Amino acid sequence: MLKLIWLIPLLPLAGVILNGVFGRRLPLKAVGTIACLAVLAAFGISIGAILELAELPEGVRQFETDVATWLPLGDLGTGSDLTIPWGFGLDPLSSVLLLVVTGVGFLIHVYSVGYMSHERDYARFFIYLNLFMAMMLLLVLGNNLLVLFVGWEGVGLCSYLLIGFYYDRPFDERTGLTCADAGRKAFIVNRIGDFAFLIGLLYLVLEFGTLKFTELNTALAGHHAPGWMLTGIGLLLFLGACGKSAQIPLYVWLPDAMAGPTPVSALIHAATMVTAGVYMVCRMSALYSATPEAMAIIAAVGAATALFAASMGITATDIKKVLAYSTVSQLGFMFAAAGVGAYVAAIFHLMTHAFFKALLFLGAGSVIHGLHGQQDIRKMGGLRSKMPATFVTFFVAMLAITGIPGLAGFFSKDEILAGAWNSGNRVVWVVLSVAALITAFYMMRLTWLVFFGKYRGDESTGSKAHESPALMTIPLMILAALSVVGGYVGVPAVMSGWVGLGDVNKLHHWLAPALTEPHGAGHGAEVAHEAGMETMLILVATFVALLGIALAWMVYRKDGAAAAWAKRFGPVHHLLRNLYWVDEFYELVVLRPFYAASRFFAAVDRWVVDGLVNATGVTAEISGQVIKLFQTGLVRNYALMFMFGVLVILYYVIRAI
Amino acid sequence: MEPQWILVLSAVLFTMGAFGVLWNRGAITILMCVEIMLNSANLTFITFARQFDQAEGQIYAFFVMTLAAAEAAVGLAIVIALFRLRESTDVDELNLLKW
Amino acid sequence: MIGLETVGFVFLATLALASATVVVFHKSPIISALALAFNLVAIAGFYLLLNAQFLALLQVIVYAGAIMVLILFVIMLLSIQSEGGLHRSGRIHSVLAPLIALGCAVALGVAVFRGSADGRFAVSSADFGTVRSIGTDLFTTFFYAFEAISLLLIVAMIGAVLLAKRRL
Repeated sequence: MLKLIWLIPLLPLAGVILNGVFGRRLPLKAVGTIACLAVLAAFGISIGAILELAELPEGVRQFETDVATWLPLGDLGTGSDLTIPWGFGLDPLSSVLLLVVTGVGFLIHVYSVGYMSHERDYARFFIYLNLFMAMMLLLVLGNNLLVLFVGWEGVGLCSYLLIGFYYDRPFDERTGLTCADAGRKAFIVNRIGDFAFLIGLLYLVLEFGTLKFTELNTALAGHHAPGWMLTGIGLLLFLGACGKSAQIPLYVWLPDAMAGPTPVSALIHAATMVTAGVYMVCRMSALYSATPEAMAIIAAVGAATALFAASMGITATDIKKVLAYSTVSQLGFMFAAAGVGAYVAAIFHLMTHAFFKALLFLGAGSVIHGLHGQQDIRKMGGLRSKMPATFVTFFVAMLAITGIPGLAGFFSKDEILAGAWNSGNRVVWVVLSVAALITAFYMMRLTWLVFFGKYRGDESTGSKAHESPALMTIPLMILAALSVVGGYVGVPAVMSGWVGLGDVNKLHHWLAPALTEPHGAGHGAEVAHEAGMETMLILVATFVALLGIALAWMVYRKDGAAAAWAKRFGPVHHLLRNLYWVDEFYELVVLRPFYAASRFFAAVDRWVVDGLVNATGVTAEISGQVIKLFQTGLVRNYALMFMFGVLVILYYVIRAI
Repeated sequence: MEPQWILVLSAVLFTMGAFGVLWNRGAITILMCVEIMLNSANLTFITFARQFDQAEGQIYAFFVMTLAAAEAAVGLAIVIALFRLRESTDVDELNLLKW
Repeated sequence: MIGLETVGFVFLATLALASATVVVFHKSPIISALALAFNLVAIAGFYLLLNAQFLALLQVIVYAGAIMVLILFVIMLLSIQSEGGLHRSGRIHSVLAPLIALGCAVALGVAVFRGSADGRFAVSSADFGTVRSIGTDLFTTFFYAFEAISLLLIVAMIGAVLLAKRRL
């Protein structure tokens, strides 16, 4: 089965082609079935391949296959021939991503069959969704950076297509964006990151002469490139990751990406595409571990983003936007983990986050579906009686994300915090802890405002609110189950010590050989520190989570209390409501000069370039008009010109004498 | 007498013939001016033949004369045909080549 | 002492130039034709001056005799009174034509003075200009051209007849 991993991205692609050609003519059920089966088949092959991988001994647990040669580039001045293949590889790192992408992807496909059943462009949706899966799998399975980049760009494209799915629907009254504008914004901001990524790629080629991961890892282990070069490359690649994974300063597209259908938000902007940046950083762990400067910057950006985004979640009023800010914040956690060297923790959190964030989004979708399109949480409330299944699963997800012990989020978040503390970077630990507090706060706020209290919305919509069909609630329940048990693969040694078991941190054993830990003291979460310290950290994290939930309950329990608090912190509230005016800032500083430059160049194009071209035409025309005057039709004039020619010839003949 | 005198004379005759071709409007007068030009060329040929004591120049003149005869015949036939068309020999009437 | 040659030359030159002027500038084509006849005879006189007797003869017979008569025939046939004269040329034309003629004169003048500044007439041999010398060259060296030109005459004859027919 390992030899068939190249089939994994191809199966969804086959779904694209089938639905693309026949989609219009097939019944809706058939279209959905084709799409879901394609992903399920990919999931099946993934499982088979990973089981085979597990049988390999620990040190050599990787598999590569080069299916075809793509770019035989020859010697580019780096001393050796550079040949870029269509190559796929499987190792523990990509195996985790593979399972997450295909598994959660399959559940979301099934959910979408129910959610999108009323849409007119049903086939188009599943075509884009399958295309996205194919591209994401290409990204995960590529064995060199260029194939990864193809997938990278491909998911960016699909993100654009899917965000702008309702292309003519207006999206934001405040800014007047349509969904198509939101898609464009996502694509362009992504592109800025991709530009930096590409430059980083080129420098990698210059320095190491290869883009294959295995070759890069060996080169980085032995080769001593200048430190600034590695830092530069690392930062350039990270900038690309900022674009793809919505970190400061390129996060602005993610909240507006909520213009797309909710399954899209769940799949792309929670579980898979936005995690591509984290995956890339961990994949290049050999590079990052060699540049402490780059890692410090990554940790700083990640932590800052975590806090910054969480703060904006406190005052958001659209259910999906709250979740969007939450996603940005959680991604910040993952990057902070990678930045302090806890790569395993970052991937662990990636996995658990995929479970509960997808669940949260799908649950939000269920609520929106039940309320016939209402997304403002100020107009919701008390829905737990009308939508029990949605409520229970949503609540479970909320507990998971806040880090309540026993659920998945607890283990992964705790590992990140422990990693931050152990690496000596206490500032990061403090920032992340505050962010966790705020996370708990706004998640409880969201849950309370949607499901508890009195219904505050429109009466006619409220009376028709109903639970969603089984096709939508069953994926919710599966994801809820995963959100509970998913964390137990990564139980830290400390906790398993409490119940007398040895080291059962399966995930760490699986992943650690594939990642390069940084040199120097204080790295990783599984370093044998005093068990007492670890326990202390766990208790602090739990306390922070419970505190956040309690605070939210206290504020929002009474109806008018929230407004009073908002008035009390007036200026802060205003700042958060307006999202720190970051979009406005970008508009002023980046976009306006850009538009002005575009207008200038458009004028240049119209007047200078077109002018030159037109000038050719005009010249031809004028010269024609002039030459036309010679054709008088009179024989005598022609005789005159004839004689003139004779004179010219005479001149040349005579001057030779 | 030197060759140069005759050559100058022939040059002058040629110029006058050329001017006549360009200036006149009657087809037959134009043909006559062409004959003047041809004759001036003949004169030059003979002069050089005499200068180098060769018969070659005279033979060229002979051929030119023959050609002039043929050309005059055909040219006059054309003039007659055109006269039938336009009722006059004015070459400015022949303007169908105009755009 | 001015030689007989020089006198003859001057006389013939005057005649040639004067008749050429009349041909170019006179209104009536008949007068032009007659002036042309004088011009041709003057040229024949030049040939005689240059010892080219045969060609002088040919000039008179072919040119003055045949071609001139032909031209006069046509003038009479078409009953051409006058050919407009000098006026009614376009403005550009009336400027350019003299200019080009002048250019022509300059070019030829330069050619003459540059080329043959120190040419002299050689002492002519006894058979220069005789029928025998011309005939010998004509039928040996220039035989091919001779035959070709006879062909050309036939073609010209046919062409002239065809062109002038009233109905083909």
